[in-house]
Amino acid sequence: MNYMPGTASLIEDIDKKHLVLLRDGRTLIGFLRSIDQFANLVLHQTVERIHVGRKYGDIPRGIFVVRGENVVLLGEIDLEKESDTPLQQVSIEEILEEQRVEQQARLEAERLKTQALKDRGLSIPRADTLDEY
Amino acid sequence: MALFYSFFKSLVGKDVVVELKNDLSICGTLHSVDQYLNIKLTDISVTDPEKYPHMLSVKNCFIRGSVVRYVQLPADEVDTQLLQDAARKEALQQKQ
Repeated sequence: MNYMPGTASLIEDIDKKHLVLLRDGRTLIGFLRSIDQFANLVLHQTVERIHVGRKYGDIPRGIFVVRGENVVLLGEIDLEKESDTPLQQVSIEEILEEQRVEQQARLEAERLKTQALKDRGLSIPRADTLDEY
Repeated sequence: MALFYSFFKSLVGKDVVVELKNDLSICGTLHSVDQYLNIKLTDISVTDPEKYPHMLSVKNCFIRGSVVRYVQLPADEVDTQLLQDAARKEALQQKQ
């Protein structure tokens, strides 16, 4: 029952399992227990999910209080769709290793790119954190 | 600035594509919007190549207004004349 029809509210999402994307690229999955007007969230039985290619690994994290400004999106997990995912779950050690390898490959590609640009006398400044207005 | 809030309210039920500042693009039906221009979409699908696999089991989502870069709308759903007039009125009111 929406108390203000037409308005986006998280009140109906309480106690449901959600996927939260954070601005730093992390993915958290947990039960939404509390919200406020800033989209600050309290997540229960939270798991940090790391994706590399078609594999993923879950790290149990307990209770999370997420400051709203870090939230990109909140998605309600459809439990049926969750069970027939094409993704393969692996152990924490394995996914952390995969992530490390992927990170290294990415940094190497970045390094080659900046070197190539530098050789041509160009330099592109890094786009760091998102603009805050 | 309630102009865009009202504008989006008039588009509830339409299919839109929301492009986020992290370059993720999400297609879905506009379910609701609020004063912060937070957006709720239903029946979502990630438009660009599914290099974002984590959204596979998500059907509905809430997007924080502050992370939206664009909201792509079907051209025939928008009355640009009406929007222009509303914007002019709003600008006049803000001046006073």
